Amino acid sequence: MSGHTGAFAEPTPVPDATARAMRRRAALEEALLPPLVALAVILVAGDLLILAYGEAPGAVWRLLAEGTWGNAYGIGQVLYKATTLTCTGLAVAFALRAGLFNIGAEGQLAAGGFGAALAGLALPAGTPSLVAIVICVGAAALCGGAVGAVPGVLRARFGAHEVIVTIMMNFIVLALLNYVVAAKLHVPETLHTPTIRAGAVPRLASSIEAFHGSAASWTIVIVAAAVIGVAWYLFRTRAGFELRAVGLQPAAAEYGGVNVPRAWRNALMLSGAIAGLGGVNYVLGYKGYYEDGFAGGAGFLGIAVALVGRNHPLGVVIAALFFATLSQGGLAINAMVPKQMVDVLQGIVILAVAAAVPEVRRLVRQAARR
Amino acid sequence: MKASGAAPEGAHGATPGAGGASSPVPAVRMTGVDKRFGAVQANRGAAISVASGEIHALVGENGAGKSTLMKVLSGMLVPDAGTIAVGGRDVTGWTTAQAIAAGVGMVHQHFMLIPTLTVAENVVLGREPASVGTFDRARALHDVDELSKQSGLIVPADRLVADLSVGEAQRVEILKTLYRGARILLLDEPTAVLSPPEVTELWGVLRRVRDAGTTIILITHKLDEVMAVTEQITVMRQGMTVARMATRETTPEGIAHAMVGREVDLAVRGARVRSEEEARDEGGEEGVRGEERGALSVQNLVVRGARVERAVNDVSFTVRAGEILGIAGVEGNGQTELLEAIAGLRRATSGEIVLGGKVVTNESVRARGDAGLSHIPEDRHQRGLVLEYSVADNLILGQQHRFSSRGAMDRHAVASNGATQIAAFDIRPTDPALAVRTLSGGNQQKVVIARELSRDFIALLAAQPTRGVDVGAIEFIHDALRKARDAGKAILLVSAELREVLSLSDRIAVMYGGRIVAMMPRAEASEEILGPYMTGARKSTAA
Repeated sequence: MSGHTGAFAEPTPVPDATARAMRRRAALEEALLPPLVALAVILVAGDLLILAYGEAPGAVWRLLAEGTWGNAYGIGQVLYKATTLTCTGLAVAFALRAGLFNIGAEGQLAAGGFGAALAGLALPAGTPSLVAIVICVGAAALCGGAVGAVPGVLRARFGAHEVIVTIMMNFIVLALLNYVVAAKLHVPETLHTPTIRAGAVPRLASSIEAFHGSAASWTIVIVAAAVIGVAWYLFRTRAGFELRAVGLQPAAAEYGGVNVPRAWRNALMLSGAIAGLGGVNYVLGYKGYYEDGFAGGAGFLGIAVALVGRNHPLGVVIAALFFATLSQGGLAINAMVPKQMVDVLQGIVILAVAAAVPEVRRLVRQAARR
Repeated sequence: MKASGAAPEGAHGATPGAGGASSPVPAVRMTGVDKRFGAVQANRGAAISVASGEIHALVGENGAGKSTLMKVLSGMLVPDAGTIAVGGRDVTGWTTAQAIAAGVGMVHQHFMLIPTLTVAENVVLGREPASVGTFDRARALHDVDELSKQSGLIVPADRLVADLSVGEAQRVEILKTLYRGARILLLDEPTAVLSPPEVTELWGVLRRVRDAGTTIILITHKLDEVMAVTEQITVMRQGMTVARMATRETTPEGIAHAMVGREVDLAVRGARVRSEEEARDEGGEEGVRGEERGALSVQNLVVRGARVERAVNDVSFTVRAGEILGIAGVEGNGQTELLEAIAGLRRATSGEIVLGGKVVTNESVRARGDAGLSHIPEDRHQRGLVLEYSVADNLILGQQHRFSSRGAMDRHAVASNGATQIAAFDIRPTDPALAVRTLSGGNQQKVVIARELSRDFIALLAAQPTRGVDVGAIEFIHDALRKARDAGKAILLVSAELREVLSLSDRIAVMYGGRIVAMMPRAEASEEILGPYMTGARKSTAA
């Protein structure tokens, strides 16, 4: 055969070790970039807002740091808020892994809290603490899961779009709970149920004195277990393998023998259960009763948490701590600037992370190439 | 095909881009082009020189960097290094808008037409003739009609694009670039969707356009196309331009050698020669024996399509164990729906599917897999692979229940299966943790083939098994399919490549309009015989 190729050297393939290193780098970039972008944006936008308000940024930031991570009470409050946000963020992230956008975490969170309270009210006062907690936590997950199952089943059977259904379910669930509490279950003059008889989760302060006064409870451990459980489910089980395949490429999952509608239904149901778990933090760990409106937007903020956390369980925890810090910090700086500033910052962060992260990643890559 | 391999050496074997071209100012001259995407070096020092008014082939395996080089030329990508000159003018790093203004037009593999608009509207889109600020439809129609006649690209200017055949749609694409004043036409694998007569017609069109003074660069990996219509050839391999030759002075073997860097057997190998004893066996008690040996059979199958009620219209056939039944036909005649119905991805309206003696018509995809069905889907990017998943994970897709116990994935089994298949099927790079997305087309297809051939199966559905795959890998895949056949598997092959069907099959069926319009042993088939059936010009009831 002729030698057309004679003058050219054989190309050398990129060695696998280099490829592995690049992959690790990419993974690290993926995990760290969103929080870093968020932090940078907060600092810049926050400075501008504070200056516009006529205060010194340095002093306000110092106040914010002291009020959050500066003392045990502040830390406790951040942890308390982060616990709920982790649940709702995890719920949204879980559904997104299956390619579904669950906007119903708010209602699912409320339903979970209500379920926990109902179980705690129904149990006799003398129930052993551990048994009662397990039952109440199970009730929370069950109620959240039941709310999530509605859009799940509608999507699986009729192809109803989950965004529409989950958002509508929020109104239905919140209104329904409001009715039930106001008409049947409330303590006079309030909008909350009576205090649970069993199933209370002890506060952190009961073991660590320094946390005295903060709302943080050992629910943290339950939620940490949920985070690990979700990570394990997603990345180590067959169901998780199939769920992620459905999220990435439904056609390939179907070809791979996955029952795609069933996977959708299960994902939304489990997502609801995870969000419902968040209700435990308030009902069992903090107040001891269900109160109308306790979710207070934590379900919606979960969408932002999932976004900044890049749908990864660990990322969700970091993002939840981040947003919890902001939220608690808003109270700390209220003396100098209105706490609504924090709400504005939150909004800016969400926009920035959604819009800027791909752009920043491109710039980082370009810089690395030079 | 000529067997002589003595392609001439020397004169034309000069380094591309280093002064090898003959005419004074080449229409396109690219030198030292580097382009890297992350870990992948798509172009390294690539060079091409195309004389004005010639049809120039840019050939190479999938992943060789042809498309990247052409995207650099058309301004869609900015090169990391290198120079680009068009008509002697240095245009390195220009934008698509500048490229279009300078008369460089690209016809993409996938049509970019709006089906609900007419031909004329599609052609003028973005450069609409206007009068008093409103779209002048009459003039658009007139202009496009005129251009159509001038260039010999005959298309009805007032018809909706949705009503056109694939061949016509492609003519519209070419017309579109000409309307924008293209003097240099880049065509990316233009024949992928055409039937043999349409391909012949396309060559006529290209020659006419060339004769009118347009320079054409044809990206392809089909050697018969290169031989049929081009004058000069630039060969790419692993990002580099490794050879340049004159079409007249080379042979398909010579080109293939340059593409893969080694000898390639291009001969169309016929079906396995059966021993007389086997032939007698089958003649005697064929149906029964076939089923006993685990065949696939389809009875009176009717399947709904996306737009048609009966995309598969009363189809019946049997694939015996140890046989490849090839289904020839122009794409879109029900082959996709037929295979999806057999695989369980699409519901059969009526009829029966029997696999190894078991009726599986209403079974799930997984149940069919467990009953012994393997499936190489036609669209590996949508169906065959989860692109973000690793090579190892993709190598078990569809068998995840065999690689897990009590709900948890057996990661060691997945990893060791990955390592085994990567070695057995020569998948590159060899890292099982790499996302399959980063592999070249040929290697991605090898992942699918490795997975589907290594599982335990009775019957295999192979849809377009070598689509978008390079010459070297085609050879490999064909060998793998023959081996499976010789090991007693029943294989149903669907391919838009008539040569592939002819080269692999023991029996050949032709599908047209949802029906099987012809069925014959390989020995009785040829391109000339099958062609009329494929276009619907002939029908037989032999099916």
